Amino acid sequence: MGTATLEKNDSAGPVDSAENSATHLITVTLRIRRFNPEVSEEAKWEDFTLEIDPKERVLDALHKIKWETDGTLTFRRSCAHGICGSDAMRINGRNRLACKTLIKDINPEKPITVEAIKGLTVLKDLVVDMDPFFQAYRDVMPFLVTTGNEPTRERYQSAEDRERFDDTTKCILCAACTSSCPVFWNDGQYFGPAAIVNAHRFIFDSRDEAGEQRLEILNDRDGVWRCRTTFNCTDACPRGIEVTKAIQEVKRALITRRF
Amino acid sequence: MSTETTQAAEPEDAQVTLYDVDHPAPVIEPPRARTGKTPKASRTNFEMYGWLFMRLSGIVLVVLVLGHLLIQLVLDGGVSKIGFAFVAGRWASPFWQVWDLAMLWLAMLHGANGLRTVINDYAERDTTRFWLKWLLYAATVFTVLLGTLVIFTFDPNIR
Repeated sequence: MGTATLEKNDSAGPVDSAENSATHLITVTLRIRRFNPEVSEEAKWEDFTLEIDPKERVLDALHKIKWETDGTLTFRRSCAHGICGSDAMRINGRNRLACKTLIKDINPEKPITVEAIKGLTVLKDLVVDMDPFFQAYRDVMPFLVTTGNEPTRERYQSAEDRERFDDTTKCILCAACTSSCPVFWNDGQYFGPAAIVNAHRFIFDSRDEAGEQRLEILNDRDGVWRCRTTFNCTDACPRGIEVTKAIQEVKRALITRRF
Repeated sequence: MSTETTQAAEPEDAQVTLYDVDHPAPVIEPPRARTGKTPKASRTNFEMYGWLFMRLSGIVLVVLVLGHLLIQLVLDGGVSKIGFAFVAGRWASPFWQVWDLAMLWLAMLHGANGLRTVINDYAERDTTRFWLKWLLYAATVFTVLLGTLVIFTFDPNIR
């Protein structure tokens, strides 16, 4: 593999790699929604222009701004590799992870808008209060519930039984789905897609015994029946979870009582 | 843009002092946040039956409404044939009475339930919700009862 790529580079011209760093930089404008309650009650857009490699990510651009231009820019990020789910934000009007969005993929010719996710209280710049989101998560009991004695060995599960809820185990709780949901924007009492996905993960787990209880919680006024199947959540999920499908499966389980 | 904002802030020094580290501006909270005190499940199946009703009544309404439109507006001379005599003739038959009654009830309840979810989705304040829904239910009950009364007490010799 290594030699093959080297040969390709040779045919393209050996000078390329040396010039790469300088010529591949492009000028990008990031239009960031700023809010600082210690300065003003108004949120406003602020433009930052910077030179960056288009193969870099939006998170790298935010880092560049924070580290080199304006240290007051506030945003969350932890692992920076799409696993921790800290840096969900609204980039060009769509919820994405800043660490998984390449500059070249979102039309860098126009200003790239970056704002906090919707439906949650903005505390500063891109940081929102995640408490209501995690409250909904806690309310669906996202943990294994069993009865009887603990087995001395692992709890056996066939590959097929594991496959049943494989999709919903991928959730990283970034809130991209819940904060893309128009029902959640208008009514924070709705559990939201992320909580339902995590309920789905246990409802369809053959080892778990509290499926009925979780279904009863989601049968509520603010549960799955408020879903309008707009598919915003499926589009927003950075992990590619079929969120709307999971919600529909919970609805079907509630009607047929088979899961 | 960044220079603009700093310039704009300087002449308004009096305003800027309104908010500082100890006195931050109020944050804008979204409507009806979920907290630990949010009431737990009501333990009824109302929402589930409402959801099922929308699907089932929708299917039946496709047949009823399209059939109604076809008979009233297309077949046998179209709109021009509709008059007192035509309506009186149809309602003489129990079949058309049941058809129209089913259409009235299903369409009204289907529409009312749809509007109920719209109100739930979009009315932010609890009082707004309450009054909008009250108005909706009153209008629905009135229309359904009046329509039912007319279908069953229709007198072809009224003139």
